[in-house]
Amino acid sequence: MARPTLPKRDTWIDMTPMSDVMVLLLTFFMLTSTFLKPEPVTVNTPMSVSEIKIPEKNIFSVLISPKGQVFLDIDNPDDRIAVLEKMAANYKITLTDKEKYDFGIATSFGVPMQNFKEFMGLPLEKQNELLPNYGVPTDSLDNQFKGWIQAAREVKGKDMIIAIKADQSTPYSHIKNVMGSLQDLRENRYNLITSLREVTDEPAKGKL
Amino acid sequence: MEVIQTDKKKGRKKKKFDTRVNFTPLVDMIMLLLTFFMLATTLSKPQTMEISMPTKDKVATEEQNEVKASEAMTIYLGADHTVYYYEGLPDIEKKDFLKKTDFSDKGLRSVLSEKNANIVKQVRELKNKKSLLQISAEDFEKQLSELKNSKGSPVVIIKPLDSSDYSDMIAALDEMIINSIGKYAIVDINADDKTMLRNANVAVE
Repeated sequence: MARPTLPKRDTWIDMTPMSDVMVLLLTFFMLTSTFLKPEPVTVNTPMSVSEIKIPEKNIFSVLISPKGQVFLDIDNPDDRIAVLEKMAANYKITLTDKEKYDFGIATSFGVPMQNFKEFMGLPLEKQNELLPNYGVPTDSLDNQFKGWIQAAREVKGKDMIIAIKADQSTPYSHIKNVMGSLQDLRENRYNLITSLREVTDEPAKGKL
Repeated sequence: MEVIQTDKKKGRKKKKFDTRVNFTPLVDMIMLLLTFFMLATTLSKPQTMEISMPTKDKVATEEQNEVKASEAMTIYLGADHTVYYYEGLPDIEKKDFLKKTDFSDKGLRSVLSEKNANIVKQVRELKNKKSLLQISAEDFEKQLSELKNSKGSPVVIIKPLDSSDYSDMIAALDEMIINSIGKYAIVDINADDKTMLRNANVAVE
């Protein structure tokens, strides 16, 4: 006996156009994204209303931890090596090619030049573990921070941007130290990295 | 349509393989990655604040002295996010010439917007014009900087004490931007400031 069969509805949705669009978007976001570099110390930048974005190239970043340690970073690996060579010459340190290469691909640096050789000899995990204990000396007796800035300025030219990134709870005395060193070098223009704060400035102004 | 199709299938009597691939897991994965990248990109871009510091040259200090007393204002940043300020020259004779305030909306911000009332008003008009598309973005920037640096606009000197922290400095600079103050400088405190603050019972260290 033939039973009237209901036509079977196909529940399958064609996902192809959707996945097409998604792959496109994914590619876009993957290509445009820049990854955060790991930093030796966690820093919470203070909030500000300034909306200027930091340029992406030619940056010399200065990281100041809440304890006042200073870590530096140069964006281009070739420049990093060139700057390191200058510093090594100033401090009479001879470097091997491997040390230069390792330094070029490393992230932030902040080891006093006296400990540099010893530090670069350590395995990478050990280096990352020990780096937060160091910091570039900024005291007046042995201001290696000035040396790094000068060397970087010579290598990267006058378009180099100095960006200071400090924790919001860093005491001003540490900041003063760094800013004073920059002032001594006549580096009077620099950027302070902050995170965005939305501000409702209208009520305050509306009171007038 | 349906009827014809079933007829055909029956006629062939051969099992037709479904060539469609299930894309759902792929879409799931892509969706996940997409969300990750979208969030990662928007969060990773930090803001910056451009700042020019006064030079240590002699010329700069001479220029500073030329500032009229009526236009000048000095702000001290103290411990626990407190702010002390005085306008013009320090008048030690007068009691409480040094006023205390904070970083709240009714604190430093209203003090500064009062001090800079004229320019704040003009900047607001300018912003209105810009939002109504009466002037171009370039003209806006140009007129804004002209306004901010016009004659008679206040000059603010920010002096952070050692007991203040970095967020105070940024907050103070922020107030300069919010209140359209074009002329400001961060200056270290000197011995005179310290004695003056001590006399006013402010913890210096």
